[in-house]
Amino acid sequence: MSWDLLASTLRVSTPLIFAALGGMFSERSGVINIALEGLMLLGAFAAAVGTLVTHSPWLGSAFGMAAGVLLAAVYALFVIRLRANQIVAGTAINMLAMGLTPFICKILYDVTGSTPSIPLHERFHSVPLYLCWALVAACVLWMRYTPTGLWVSFAGEHPEALDAAGIRVNRVRWMAVLVSGALAGMGGASLSIFLSSSFSRDMTAGRGFMALAALIFGKWKPLPTALACLLFGFADAVQIRLQGVAVWGGHPIPVEFIQILPYLVTILVLAGFVGRSHPPKASGTVFEKG
Amino acid sequence: MAFETPAAVELRGLTKRFGSVIANDGVNLRIQPGTIHGVIGENGAGKSTAMKMLYGIFPPDAGEIIVNSKTCVWESPADAIAAGIGMVHQHFMLAGPYTALDNILLGAEPVRCGVIERKKARTRLEALARQYGLPVDWDSPIEELPVGVQQRVEILKLLYRDAKILILDEPTAVLTPQEANELFRNLKKLRDEGKTIILITHKLKEVMSFTDHVTVFRAGKVTGEMPTSQTNPQELANLMVGRKVVLNINVPPAHTRDELAMEVAALSLAGTVAGSRHKLSDVSFSVKRGEIVGVAGVEGNGQSELLQAILHPREPLCRTSGTVWFLGEDVTHWEARDIRDLGVAMIPEDRQREGLLLERPVSENFLLGLQRSSAFSQGGVLNSRNLLAAATQAEEEYDVRPRDLAIPAGKLSGGNQQKLIVAREFQRKPRLLIAAQPTRGVDVGAIEFIHNRIVRARDEGAGVLLVSFELEDILTLSDRILVMYEGRIAAEFARGQVSEGELGLKMAGS
Ligand SMILES: Nc1ncnc2c1ncn2[C@@H]1O[C@H](COP(=O)(O)OP(=O)(O)OP(=O)(O)O)[C@@H](O)[C@H]1O
Ligand SMILES: [Mg+2]
Repeated sequence: MSWDLLASTLRVSTPLIFAALGGMFSERSGVINIALEGLMLLGAFAAAVGTLVTHSPWLGSAFGMAAGVLLAAVYALFVIRLRANQIVAGTAINMLAMGLTPFICKILYDVTGSTPSIPLHERFHSVPLYLCWALVAACVLWMRYTPTGLWVSFAGEHPEALDAAGIRVNRVRWMAVLVSGALAGMGGASLSIFLSSSFSRDMTAGRGFMALAALIFGKWKPLPTALACLLFGFADAVQIRLQGVAVWGGHPIPVEFIQILPYLVTILVLAGFVGRSHPPKASGTVFEKG
Repeated sequence: MAFETPAAVELRGLTKRFGSVIANDGVNLRIQPGTIHGVIGENGAGKSTAMKMLYGIFPPDAGEIIVNSKTCVWESPADAIAAGIGMVHQHFMLAGPYTALDNILLGAEPVRCGVIERKKARTRLEALARQYGLPVDWDSPIEELPVGVQQRVEILKLLYRDAKILILDEPTAVLTPQEANELFRNLKKLRDEGKTIILITHKLKEVMSFTDHVTVFRAGKVTGEMPTSQTNPQELANLMVGRKVVLNINVPPAHTRDELAMEVAALSLAGTVAGSRHKLSDVSFSVKRGEIVGVAGVEGNGQSELLQAILHPREPLCRTSGTVWFLGEDVTHWEARDIRDLGVAMIPEDRQREGLLLERPVSENFLLGLQRSSAFSQGGVLNSRNLLAAATQAEEEYDVRPRDLAIPAGKLSGGNQQKLIVAREFQRKPRLLIAAQPTRGVDVGAIEFIHNRIVRARDEGAGVLLVSFELEDILTLSDRILVMYEGRIAAEFARGQVSEGELGLKMAGS
């Protein structure tokens, strides 16, 4: 494998890793996070706008994370406080993000397609890549060694036990979902101000779902999940590489087919893995006292 | 009395409603410090509910909780824990994939610089474990530990938090007699150190031998409170149920038919079901129609595996070899549906996992497995009128409380969940009944009832395989007793051939 391909794999995996780690927090605490896709999308948009306004990718990503947190708060309000079905509410959040981003884009820049492009020197060049791996390490340590890490695990596995131990289950879940929003927002940010030069409509293109797949593949543990993201990232990098390459008879494979590759890998991996990876026991359930 | 010692716990007029059900209706309770206080009562009488309020799981609708002369209003269990109260719940509060150590520390982690100090905690726990004789493998995931050890973990949780008032909700329901004795040794020791212990149980023997005072609940109210020395099991049973209960039913001799109800030959199992340590090796026996065969044994000696191999014959991971015949048919490779159609009824070991859909209403749970019978469905459409009528009648006959077909089965008290399953399974007029722990967690009245039903099924011609850790079930009901030890059948006795003591010895492998 050439160094190029490796570098490209690492780069395109970055948003996936952020989002998947975000998903880990929420799902380990018992809240299924189908909304990852929408959180990422809004994060990508807010980060692009933030960077255009402040001319700093750091502040821009702060915008992205804040937007993720905000939307995650709406999600948490519905599923934790109002006990809505998590799949339905998550899908609604995704649709909201898909509709909201072009709408605000139109208001701000009078186009629905994409934001103006961000000058090269105002974008991130490699920071998110290092950051996401530092975060993987931090998550491993955090889950293993801190009380809050333990609480999150129990909130998703046996919430009644956590409650009986004197910890408020729904408080833990709220925090976990908000953190999940921040990280998914950062994932979106690394898509718009690190991998590309602007936000474009629906630019997440299913990466939120791929992050969920990585979580399943990685058994909801930070390091294996990140490695699963690398696998999907690799498929994506290969796909980019193959575009325009003449394979046989001098004709290139149509781009549309090549672009299927990462999704195909996701499906195959998941199909081979279903039944062997078990989500936290209480995932998707509402916690009620008594 | 002028100098009455202040109570460790006092409940005054505690009331709690769940929808239309009044779970606690003005409960008054005084518990002296440094005593073991028994709490008994029928299934659904409100014992767990009262204790959950004392522990802060949910707030009372009315009434006062007074701990050490202070009126307390709990926001959450955290407040109760801070006041020195600890509780072992009826259904354990342990998360399977996490280690025993983490389960104990949860919520009370010693922390330095944001990091859990597991080493320090472990040193303290090891000292506690030595002091009370409660050895636990700290690093094993809970799901790999036998139930008896899980119980130790629950108790260590309380000791670790230095609880002064210990609530134990049916701690012996899942323990073997040996494990229960060990538990009571510890409880006495704790009491002698000055701790106050509240013990909920359905076993009157335990109340008589180990408690200082006893309180009786009935239908959400306290109907009696007395020093244990001034009462006897029969009086307690009558107080609980509100009528005269026959503690030891009389079982007439069996009229065994020659027809076999079931037979297993050379059953062997390689893998083990979580929590037990023994495989199944070369087990063969048969049950005739009109006969009750009891399988006795200390938990973890292959009973779960035996049931697994008989009830889930098609599970590829579970059985390696052997044949199972039900009512003359080789059912080794049959579908559950066809086995059911033969006239087989079963009371599963784990009622919550295998016997009920906890989220679904009682009526649907009653229908489980009967959904194709022509009484309840015509042309693929459910006949809800018939279903509701039959379910209402069964609720009445089997005394499932509350009489509400619409509430989710998971909201029934533990004993009532069991009665619901029993009602459903007897409804099929079985020719073969496989009953695993049929009286787990049910009150004395219900035990009497279930015992009578099993005998009646036998007398109507059913073969019964009874697997139970309760020696009382085994000795009362079985026409033949098989003793399992380390995955084999170690001994066989006919009715009346063996005493409780001898049976205990055989179960321990001597
Ligand atoms: N969370 C709940 N929601 C609705 N009803 C409930 C709930 N918890 C308990 N109940 C009802 O309250 C009543 C008392 O239940 P409780 O669990 O206190 O009984 P119990 O005395 O502990 O019985 P058992 O011996 O069977 O455990 C029962 O009728 C039960 O169905
Ligand atoms: Mg109870």
